Amino acid sequence: MTRALWILAVLLSHWRRHPMQFATLLIGLISATALWSGVQALNQQARSSYDRAAAIFGGARTPMLVATDGKMLPQGVFAELRRAGWPVSPVIEGRVQIDGRSIRLLGIEPFSIPREVGDAPTVGRSELEAFLTPPHRTLISPETLTDLGLKDGAAPRLSNDALLPPLMAQQQLAPGILVVDIGDAQRLLGRSGQISRLLVGKTSAKLPPLQNFGGGRLQLVQPEAETDLERLTDSFHLNLTAFGLLSFVVGLFIVNSAIGLAFEQRLPVLRTLRACGVSARQLNAVLIGELIAFALVAGLVGLVCGYFIAAALLPNVAASLRGLYGAQVPGELSLQLEWWLAGLAISIAGALAAATTSLIKSMRLPILATAQPYAWQEAQRRWLRLQSAVAFAFFVAAGLLLWLGQSLLAGFGVLAAMMLGAALLLPAILELVLRLGERGARAALAQWFWADSRQQISGLSLALMALLLALAVNVGVATMVETFNRTFLVWLDGRLAADIYISAADEAQTRDIQAWLRTRPDAQAVLPGGRAEAQLAGAPIDVLGLPDHETYRDHWPLLQAGGAAWKQLVRGDAGFVSEQLARRLDLAVGDSLDIPAPTGDWRITVAGIYADYGNPKGQVTVNVAALTRRFPATPITRMAVRAAPADVAGLIAALSDKFGLDGRNVVDQATVKQESKQIFNRTFAVTGALNTFTLGVAAIALLTSLLTLANSRLPQLAPLWAIGLTRRRLAQVELLKTLSLAGLTALLALPLGLVVAWCLIAIVNVKAFGWRLPFDVFPLQLIRLLAVTLVAALIASLLPVLRLARMQPAQLVRTFTIER
Amino acid sequence: MLVLNVRHLTKSYRSGGEPINVLRGVDLTVASGERVALTGESGSGKSTLLHLIAGLDAADGGEIVLEGASVGALDDAGRAAIRRERLGLVFQQFNLVPSLSVADNLSFQARLAGRHDPAWHTELVARLGLTTLLKRYPEQLSGGQQQRVAIGRALAIKPALLLADEPTGNLDEDTADEVMALTRDLVTRTGCGFLMVTHSARLAAMLDRHVHLHAGRVA
Repeated sequence: MTRALWILAVLLSHWRRHPMQFATLLIGLISATALWSGVQALNQQARSSYDRAAAIFGGARTPMLVATDGKMLPQGVFAELRRAGWPVSPVIEGRVQIDGRSIRLLGIEPFSIPREVGDAPTVGRSELEAFLTPPHRTLISPETLTDLGLKDGAAPRLSNDALLPPLMAQQQLAPGILVVDIGDAQRLLGRSGQISRLLVGKTSAKLPPLQNFGGGRLQLVQPEAETDLERLTDSFHLNLTAFGLLSFVVGLFIVNSAIGLAFEQRLPVLRTLRACGVSARQLNAVLIGELIAFALVAGLVGLVCGYFIAAALLPNVAASLRGLYGAQVPGELSLQLEWWLAGLAISIAGALAAATTSLIKSMRLPILATAQPYAWQEAQRRWLRLQSAVAFAFFVAAGLLLWLGQSLLAGFGVLAAMMLGAALLLPAILELVLRLGERGARAALAQWFWADSRQQISGLSLALMALLLALAVNVGVATMVETFNRTFLVWLDGRLAADIYISAADEAQTRDIQAWLRTRPDAQAVLPGGRAEAQLAGAPIDVLGLPDHETYRDHWPLLQAGGAAWKQLVRGDAGFVSEQLARRLDLAVGDSLDIPAPTGDWRITVAGIYADYGNPKGQVTVNVAALTRRFPATPITRMAVRAAPADVAGLIAALSDKFGLDGRNVVDQATVKQESKQIFNRTFAVTGALNTFTLGVAAIALLTSLLTLANSRLPQLAPLWAIGLTRRRLAQVELLKTLSLAGLTALLALPLGLVVAWCLIAIVNVKAFGWRLPFDVFPLQLIRLLAVTLVAALIASLLPVLRLARMQPAQLVRTFTIER
Repeated sequence: MLVLNVRHLTKSYRSGGEPINVLRGVDLTVASGERVALTGESGSGKSTLLHLIAGLDAADGGEIVLEGASVGALDDAGRAAIRRERLGLVFQQFNLVPSLSVADNLSFQARLAGRHDPAWHTELVARLGLTTLLKRYPEQLSGGQQQRVAIGRALAIKPALLLADEPTGNLDEDTADEVMALTRDLVTRTGCGFLMVTHSARLAAMLDRHVHLHAGRVA
């Protein structure tokens, strides 16, 4: 043990003498772990929120009995089933409004709730009495309590004047939900003696058949392996994970570069250790131990950084998830022990992966080989040919995935293969360009400039590869976001063609508002609409009802349509389907589909396909009259109003005065558009932040590579100084070289980035969201990114260049006198 | 008492597909306290013989017995243990650890072997004239000073046998003489065997016995 510690002390002494190299290694590990763990923390937080939501008294995680026609069940069926031995528990569900805000209300019967409900919040023994005895209690999540601006114990009044039992915050409860005793819920929802479903517990007893109960109207619904929310948000989390992985890889590039260089510099020491009696096994064990120790320390720091990154990004992610999918994710980060352990494990695994080549070399290290200070660079050159071959293999793999792959994962596979192939090919391309430059050079210094740049490629290749990847992703994502932005704005104009949007409290108010608006000369048209939900091919869809009016006929963003499409809708047997639904079900204009409706299957012909960006659910648009015929329970509480722009503010003010509507119930087109744009911007704020982080890590990779190489560059620079080039001139040449290499890399990154953008738009988006955007190039954006790269390279090279410019002559002279 | 007994040692390499017989049956002994010079023209196998004795490379045939232990029969860990505990090695290139101070380099092998003797360490420092250089690093020393540290490191474990491969090859004549004198004194002080590869007949003449290798055999 003492010997191992002494060997470790000797190995560690290298880092003491090379602090910059040590810092590089740690920075690489910390950045890799931080960005990866940060993204994982965000995913974990979001997923645990979905679990909370899914686990609410059954949700989609517990088997349940529902009515075959989708209607409510009589409460008597509960007693019937219990008497027959069925371990069921009744639940009623509906929506209530508090202060104009619609919230889900669940009524439960705490005595019969099955234990298998899992992580659902159970009413504890101490709270049971309060929950069941007057004035009863309403369970609410702390987040919703805060959102509503209410305090524990408050008893808010609902929009129908009913009084909720006093609120009681419960930590495990998902946000946006209220839980009361079933009797209270029936009273509050005005559904006395009715229940929505029955949760079914586990039993080994033989149960009588379901047909014997509830007049044969019952059907057993098995739990889903994955909730709707999980399925819908999968692509969002996959995108985040892809970014995390990219940053992780870029960080490991830094680690690999630092370890590779350190290994070569320590080769003579390793040989001396072996010559002085350290066995190969012991030496390698200590080398691995040293690496694991570094990975643990850097991993811990990385995890702390990752925590702060996740905490900083969480509000944006929560806003994106709420905007895109309606998912409620609390804004406060709570992490489990597994996250910390997984973070440390990924740090160690990453460090070992980055050090694999060096460790293998060390295991095979012959004691007698002579020291080769530049063996690393030479080995890098040998790798160049192999690297290029592997790059072509990646391109072939990308082509095959593009051709054969169908899934989202295959889409990301195409992206990853393209990017890795391009990164591996980069040094060979740079080598070729610089060789051509060298051929064209005439002056002595110019010749040296090109030749020395070529020699530097081996040392900088990993950092340049990291820069290429980061830039390509930046170009790709920025192009995609900008394309989306422009398309989205045009689409928004089409979708939000009316001037005022109203959401009434109920159908009675809808009728009152419509009647009142008809008397107003400033309301040019009143367009009532409705929305129903249905399940199609195992996934939820929205069925949107629109009136037949020129507002829609002129603006609705149809991508394809048959002849007289809107007229077909009026007949009630045709509809438009959203692009994502058309892609998912492989529908074309003229095809037909059956929508399960309460009145029976509704066969409609596809009269058109329209863009519905940002909606994770499939959507079918039909005529509103046909919708109410097929979905009679659909409340028509939404309406759009056409008005002259000058009349909008006055009309809204009048509506608010007359019907007590506030900003949540009546809103003008500009506000809706503004809110939509805000959601859009928040959605991509996370992407933007991760983009910046990745580019930052790449700049750090460049800086650390330049700093670690600075010392080993002295033997190349000292002779030039000796023959008359000033240190200042040398520093200028060095700066120019770094900028040239970074500039060349950035130029190569631009076309690669556009390929990435195309992959994102034409493959990943289509697979992930079901819609395709047009592909546009934004030259100004590319020029801006090129400039940012050069500035980053300038900043990265400033420190080593300044050190060179200020280097003492004695230090340069020593290059000629050091004997080893 | 013999510390080293080499019998019928053979070793060949392949170069350009052709086998090159470097050692063709070498016999050699070194006794405790004996100082032996190993000379020969370039390519005669001097360094190869030294590397085989140190267990840095494996012989094709023959036997090397070091203090009763057959080096050829040992695995990597066993050969490492022999080098660590019984052998002192001095190279032409010094092979110091650049990131360790002079003091740490001196105690380097002794600590590895778990045999650090502070009194002996102090005596070595004084005899090698390194008292004022202990806090320096190898790159801050002259060639002669670096070689003195290397010799100190090798002798810090009081080895049974000190092996030196052209230890003065990188030094000027005066410095070489000074280093040789020091080495002889310290070898006498420790009583270990000493086998030194050298090209210099003048330096070889300073030792007790002179073995000449020619074409892979003792001439």
